[in-house]
Amino acid sequence: MSETSTLIAHQFDDAEQQRESSTLGMWIFLATEVMFFGGIFLGYIVYRSQYPIAFAAASNRLDIWLGLINTAVLICSSFTMVLAVYNAAAAQRRALQTNLLLTIVLGCVFLSIKLYEYHMKFEENLVPGASFAFPAPLAPAAEIFFSFYFAMTGMHAVHMVIGIGLLGGLLFRAGRGWYSPEYFTPVELVGLYWHFVDIVWIFLFPLLYLVGRHL
Amino acid sequence: MSAAQPPPRIHYLNVSYGIRSWLVTTDHKRIAWLYLLSITFFFVIGGLFAVFMRLELLTPEGDLVQADTYNKLFTLHGVTMVFFFLIPSIPAVLGNFLVPIMIGARDLAFPRLNLASWYIYTLGGAFTLAAAAAGGVDTGWTFYTPYSSIYSNTHVALTVVGIFITGFSSILTGLNFIVTIHKMRAPGMTWFRLPLFIWAHYATSIIFVLGTPVLAITLVLVALERLFHLGIFDPALGGDPILFQHLFWFYSHPAVYIMILPAMGVVSELIACFSRKRIFGYDFVAFASLAIAVIGFLVWGHHMFVSGQSVYASMVFSILSFLVAIPSAIKVFNWTATLYKGSVSYDAPMLYALGFIGLFTIGGLTGLFLATLGIDVHVHDTYFVIAHFHYIMVGGAVMGYLGGIHFWWPKMTGRTYPEGWARLAALIVFIGFNLTFFPQFLLGYLGMPRRYHAYPPEFQVLNVMSTAGASILGTGYVIPLIYLIWSLRYGAVAGANPWLAKGLEWQTSSPPPTDNFEITPLVTEEAYAYADAEGENDLPLRKPVDV
Amino acid sequence: MWQNLPLLPEQASTIAPRVDALFVFVLGVAVFFAGLIFVSIVYLAVKYRRRADAAAPKLIAGSLALELLWTVIPFGLTMVMFVWGALLFVEIQNPPADALEIIAVGKQWMWKMQHPDGHQEINELHVPIGRRIKLTMTSEDVIHSFFVPAFRIKMDVLPGRYTTTWFEATRPGRYRLFCAEFCGTQHSGMIGSVTVLELSEFESWLSGRAVGTSTAKMGESLFQRLGCASCHRPDGAVPAPSLVGLFGSKVALEGGRTVVADEGYIRESIIDPRAKIVAGYQPVMPTYRGLISEDGILQIIAYLKSAEQGKGEAARQ
Repeated sequence: MSETSTLIAHQFDDAEQQRESSTLGMWIFLATEVMFFGGIFLGYIVYRSQYPIAFAAASNRLDIWLGLINTAVLICSSFTMVLAVYNAAAAQRRALQTNLLLTIVLGCVFLSIKLYEYHMKFEENLVPGASFAFPAPLAPAAEIFFSFYFAMTGMHAVHMVIGIGLLGGLLFRAGRGWYSPEYFTPVELVGLYWHFVDIVWIFLFPLLYLVGRHL
Repeated sequence: MSAAQPPPRIHYLNVSYGIRSWLVTTDHKRIAWLYLLSITFFFVIGGLFAVFMRLELLTPEGDLVQADTYNKLFTLHGVTMVFFFLIPSIPAVLGNFLVPIMIGARDLAFPRLNLASWYIYTLGGAFTLAAAAAGGVDTGWTFYTPYSSIYSNTHVALTVVGIFITGFSSILTGLNFIVTIHKMRAPGMTWFRLPLFIWAHYATSIIFVLGTPVLAITLVLVALERLFHLGIFDPALGGDPILFQHLFWFYSHPAVYIMILPAMGVVSELIACFSRKRIFGYDFVAFASLAIAVIGFLVWGHHMFVSGQSVYASMVFSILSFLVAIPSAIKVFNWTATLYKGSVSYDAPMLYALGFIGLFTIGGLTGLFLATLGIDVHVHDTYFVIAHFHYIMVGGAVMGYLGGIHFWWPKMTGRTYPEGWARLAALIVFIGFNLTFFPQFLLGYLGMPRRYHAYPPEFQVLNVMSTAGASILGTGYVIPLIYLIWSLRYGAVAGANPWLAKGLEWQTSSPPPTDNFEITPLVTEEAYAYADAEGENDLPLRKPVDV
Repeated sequence: MWQNLPLLPEQASTIAPRVDALFVFVLGVAVFFAGLIFVSIVYLAVKYRRRADAAAPKLIAGSLALELLWTVIPFGLTMVMFVWGALLFVEIQNPPADALEIIAVGKQWMWKMQHPDGHQEINELHVPIGRRIKLTMTSEDVIHSFFVPAFRIKMDVLPGRYTTTWFEATRPGRYRLFCAEFCGTQHSGMIGSVTVLELSEFESWLSGRAVGTSTAKMGESLFQRLGCASCHRPDGAVPAPSLVGLFGSKVALEGGRTVVADEGYIRESIIDPRAKIVAGYQPVMPTYRGLISEDGILQIIAYLKSAEQGKGEAARQ
């Protein structure tokens, strides 16, 4: 077994303790993220139940097709992430690098589409603040909708950026041969994080884009 | 025969020198010292704000500082004391130092994350200090909207960003503790052999991890509202200021249990050691910590009884608030019962522990007045509330912190402090504290509202008493600052176990080596396995008997 | 009896002695337990102090019986406090139906009161003794709180919403009114007084001040001036719901819900008419956000509550 294949930090007794601790740590971190997003979801739900008509009207101004494409892109990226974890466990270094790269690319596609959507909203005067414009009686509550839209998708996007950064780190280390069937915990744990960010979007998409929508 | 000098023992303090070795350390014990310096700094700053507040309140008129300045003083006092002193204090200093050692581990599960926690804390503190230096913030530490999100002309965004950043320090510390306690206990250290200090920190960490993120998102929303004019809490847009209060208190109520649970953990250790007896009802005290953490998440609406919240919601929160008092009462009774047939000594840490029980009892009992709906209508937002929470946070948490610092000082530094001065300081703190805050209960029931820069003349006598007490209390805090620093150089050298206490931390040298133990301990005793009636603990695996 | 103790504020309302009685009960329990703990600690710490000749500490784990005892007894006592406090709270929070209605608007940093007969006061409120007074309150800016210690009442005053509180004064005098929710620079200056007068004095105070119109009449003139009357007509000529007898009734909304037409509903209908559409009507009412003040809305509400509304409507037909 090579030096690099089982890197046990000095505070741990063995690889198993290290792996279990890291995994528990990531799950606890994800629990904190649930509470973080949960707070803003709660706020959204409160206002939506108070202003259903305005929220539906505002939601209709979002581009449902871009949202759908983004959803598909993220789900695919979770798939490539799962493949990457499998590759790491199966000592398939090339495939691991490919799948990590694919995940990063898909993540960047998501962010690009999001950026384009933000740009469109800016052009349509739907960014809350002085320039916000919306048909009069519904305008205030619609502005609240868009405040939540930008805050929620913005926080989500920040998490995606961090995730892409982590994936980049994994890609770099995968290239250096850090991961093996004996030690691929970081790939698993970043995978957990990435799946969580995906799940947040799975909640965001219907709540924001599909209010009162009849196909 | 000439004896060659034995090489000086290497331990965590002298294993490396230089500021760089401290700033990039991953040793939990050194990180504890980094925190100790930081939180002491913020305690002094927060204390100075309080000094000016109490000076202003000597006279009914607002004649020492302007109204806006006073409002900034009480806001910054609250922000620095809550977020930058109390919440980190015991967990970040004593918890960081002791959690690994008490369970027999070499370090926490994630040492680098631990260092990152301190840097994040410091960064957040820097933001908040910058806000203070740039002119301060005047919303109260509770940041109620729409005043904080729209009307205030002060540095709200900068301050809340600072608190937001520091919140991650809490979250990561809590995460670290939970994983460490679950995964890194030494062989033989079962859950019910853990010191109650560990149970307390475990319960605290649950709150750190689940509560702090909600504060984080709430502050993000306020910051976004201020910086980008997103109208989330703006009533002119239909925004709901009560929503802010729910989100804010959902964290900030459990936060008060973050502040008290670790102190309760310290008190358990002190009472056991200085009665030379196992804590009475160990299981109940352990579970009470968990109960406080869980029920503590369910009572936030008791800050909102007169906010426009529905009567039914208020009733639910009221009854739950009474329930959360019960486990605290159970602890107080158990600590008291521990003294029975013990061997009680009056060392300074014990004086702090006994003082804690007395003052926490008063603070907790006054919480009952606040939980009682019909009474809270009258005393909400008055000095009664201020007195209540200072009894818990200062009379409780700070006394617990000081008791713990004294108790583990020999372990952390290898030096003892001067016992005479320490007992004197404990007494001065106790007396000064009561003189400062007891009059405030009376002021509150008489109707003096909180956050008042000027007040009607009939309230002056009690305010003067309170300020006089504060000067005594302040003296009581300065004295340990002096002799503890003095002891680093001139204090008597301490052995491994100067208190003859039980607990793994006392089985290793003072100060401990970097990896805490020469060899990993094997735990064969129950917790607090002090001598029994026959004079020795000759059956180490025997569980103590119920009476 | 408690009036002479400087530790309690004056009792000047019907609710004050009841709050104080509950306070004394909780105080008694608190003093008892604090005393019990203090005495026990001092006694045990002294009796079992470390002495060379003392017995070694006993290896005691605990006692289930004691744990149950000191769990159940505090639980029982706290439940008494809860029930007593909750019952009192329900009374404090629910204004009686026959109360004299006064409007209070808080703004940075003053209180504006309006009597039903149109009298306005700033930072002062004159009320008759022995009459139930209900305050309907709102804020023009940030959250304030209406606090009269002598009455033992307090209620937050919110922007965009109405809150209510009530009292019945029992002693003549002048009692401090405080703002009890931090509201900015002059928060501690937002104080005033409630003056309780014997009924005859109150009436002479009222008639001594020149007043034009009652609050309800002010509301009626606003109702005309702002164009509400042109759509909300009892003859149904324009499809807008009639407002005769509206206040307090149940309103069926589009989508099947019903709501009670209270102050908050009326305010919302003026500011955000699309929020709740009455069943059978179209959402065509324009919003009055920014076109009417909080005082104005409260005056219109007073008008809609008043008998004059029915008379006025009938007269116009």
